[in-house]
Amino acid sequence: MAKMNLQEKLAVLSDAAKYDASCASSGTTRRNSAGGKGLGSTEGSGICHAYTPDGRCISLLKILMTNFCIYDCAYCINRVSSQVQRARFTVEEVVHLTTEFYRRNYIEGLFLSSGIIKSPDDTMADMVRIARELREVHHFRGYIHLKTIPDAAPELIEQAGLLADRLSMNVELPTDAGLRTYAPEKNAEEIRRAMGRVHERKLAAREQTHSGRRGAKFAPAGQSTQLIVGADGANDATILQSSTRLYSSYKLKRVYYSAFSPIPDSTAALPLIKPPLVREHRLYQADWLMRFYGYEATEIASATTGGMLDLTVDPKLAWALANRQVFPVDVNRAGKEMLLRVPGFGTKSVARILSARRNGALGYGDLTRIGALVNKAKPFITTRDWSPGSMTDAENLRARFAPKPEQLSLL
Amino acid sequence: MIYAPRLPRLGVFDVWRDAARALASNDVAADSVNWAMEEACDTLFGQGAALPAARAMTVPKEFIPLAKLVCASRATGAHDLLYRVLLRCRNTPHLLNNRADPQVQQLTALAKHVRRDMHKMKAFVRFREVTPQGSNRRQFLSWFEPDHRIEELIAGFFVRRFADMDWVIVTPEVTTRFDCGTLSHEALASDRMALSDDTEDLWRTYYANTFNPARLKIKAMQSEMPKKYWKNLPEADLIPDMIAQAEARVLQMQQTAPTVPPLRAARILGRLPARPEQARGQKQD
Repeated sequence: MAKMNLQEKLAVLSDAAKYDASCASSGTTRRNSAGGKGLGSTEGSGICHAYTPDGRCISLLKILMTNFCIYDCAYCINRVSSQVQRARFTVEEVVHLTTEFYRRNYIEGLFLSSGIIKSPDDTMADMVRIARELREVHHFRGYIHLKTIPDAAPELIEQAGLLADRLSMNVELPTDAGLRTYAPEKNAEEIRRAMGRVHERKLAAREQTHSGRRGAKFAPAGQSTQLIVGADGANDATILQSSTRLYSSYKLKRVYYSAFSPIPDSTAALPLIKPPLVREHRLYQADWLMRFYGYEATEIASATTGGMLDLTVDPKLAWALANRQVFPVDVNRAGKEMLLRVPGFGTKSVARILSARRNGALGYGDLTRIGALVNKAKPFITTRDWSPGSMTDAENLRARFAPKPEQLSLL
Repeated sequence: MIYAPRLPRLGVFDVWRDAARALASNDVAADSVNWAMEEACDTLFGQGAALPAARAMTVPKEFIPLAKLVCASRATGAHDLLYRVLLRCRNTPHLLNNRADPQVQQLTALAKHVRRDMHKMKAFVRFREVTPQGSNRRQFLSWFEPDHRIEELIAGFFVRRFADMDWVIVTPEVTTRFDCGTLSHEALASDRMALSDDTEDLWRTYYANTFNPARLKIKAMQSEMPKKYWKNLPEADLIPDMIAQAEARVLQMQQTAPTVPPLRAARILGRLPARPEQARGQKQD
């Protein structure tokens, strides 16, 4: 086989990496290179430098170090039994691509992942070497996300966390049984243990020593994981329960949901369905409700049918429709927790309502100016000049929100 | 008496602030002030009445960052609205916290547009390398067309990020230079520059391959990366073909029969150490 050039390798190894949903570059420490030494900065919020027609943002150079892999995970394009073309970057090549793309303002940094070659330790050691070269030789101050290999030695994960902004390990399948079936070489227990170690290490980094100094920052942008949706039979209630456990036990920054999508050279074990994008979207909405709106996974599950989220209306509205006895809510008196439950009120609207109502009772028009989705909220609220009357309990309330049935297209 | 403060293209906030302080501290009503950007012919007609001497006055601390953004806005009446809100702030110190107030709502909307414009500039500026032979600092050049007058507000971001190289960002009205560690702005009319460099091919390769054709969401892309930016993005001319071929690519993936695993697969899997059987009956909750 002829030797591949950099461009050919990049084509293979970015194609192989695109099934990872995460591209976040936010929430790390603030750094810059204004002193004239080094390259790059991070300023809190992430930046999406481009969008592809799949609507996903490009914030990081998301590549695999290599797509050779000794594992055989059914859902993965890079599994050992796939005929996909293989390639491997050298350390210098990854460093070159990262810094040259960065200088041209194409990216915020690097998201490096890899197939498992030789052994988990060998692979992790190579990835750490790339991160170290970027940080210590090129003084790269941009964002680095390292996919860590759960089975790798704790010392290697320790080094990874000191160099990277974010660490992640993908659980991939929402249940242990699913993982045993489709990713026989992976071990759910081992993944959880590794996440636990990263979490504890992060806590330790925050503690002060007796001299009052803090330890070096460890993965300051936290750790995240990904669950594939629609490959195995897990329902939404199960998935959200898994997420709750991940958020509470390991204080994950994010759980990403990735609709299983057809891959080239797939295995016969999995259906090549259209990726369930709406389902993925509803799961993200439910995830948001759990993290920012004070909902429990069980509350969201109570408004599902057979454990599956309603695809036609969002989970917050679904919960409100199923719990109409608590509405309407008085916008001028209700507490924050209750305002957050009103469909059409986001966290920002609620903060603005709380601050604006100190100047006097709010009316319907005030809510519009504040930026709330009043049309959605109106059956569920009362204001100075608005009362929903019988609308809140009307039989046809759900139909008001469900999209009109689409006429079948003739062609 | 009508006052007509003229605002320069560079340093607009400082000039607006000085004029607004002089006028507001003397209780000059908003209807007596005609704010406008400086035009070349202005010198012939003067600046209306001379501004009164400023007296001491205070503003809420949230006002200053908001004013810096709104001063950069090209929206008609932005500077006037800013002055009206400033006058009201004197008697209502918490005015800016009341988003239900129509003027506050308008003003924050203007600020939001400017902030979004700045965010898009951070995202979509593309540098091209123009280092001359023998230079010991690398040099990069970019052309960008912002909606608002944000060049001075945004420059710090590029300084903090790209301090080890020299760079120039040219916009239709202002040229920003960062040369050996020194930042400068010049109000200078420029025409669009068509630029490119070798690394763009690698970037285009990355852009095309990181796209998943099974998840086509064109609207989501365009709401975040509106077409007006496309002409200056080296990757954007790939988009029409990527969209056109997406469906066929997915169909092909679905129709291709699963292949036989390569020979090495069995060999490699056979060599993996056996996993200890996972404990059964693990709590699944």
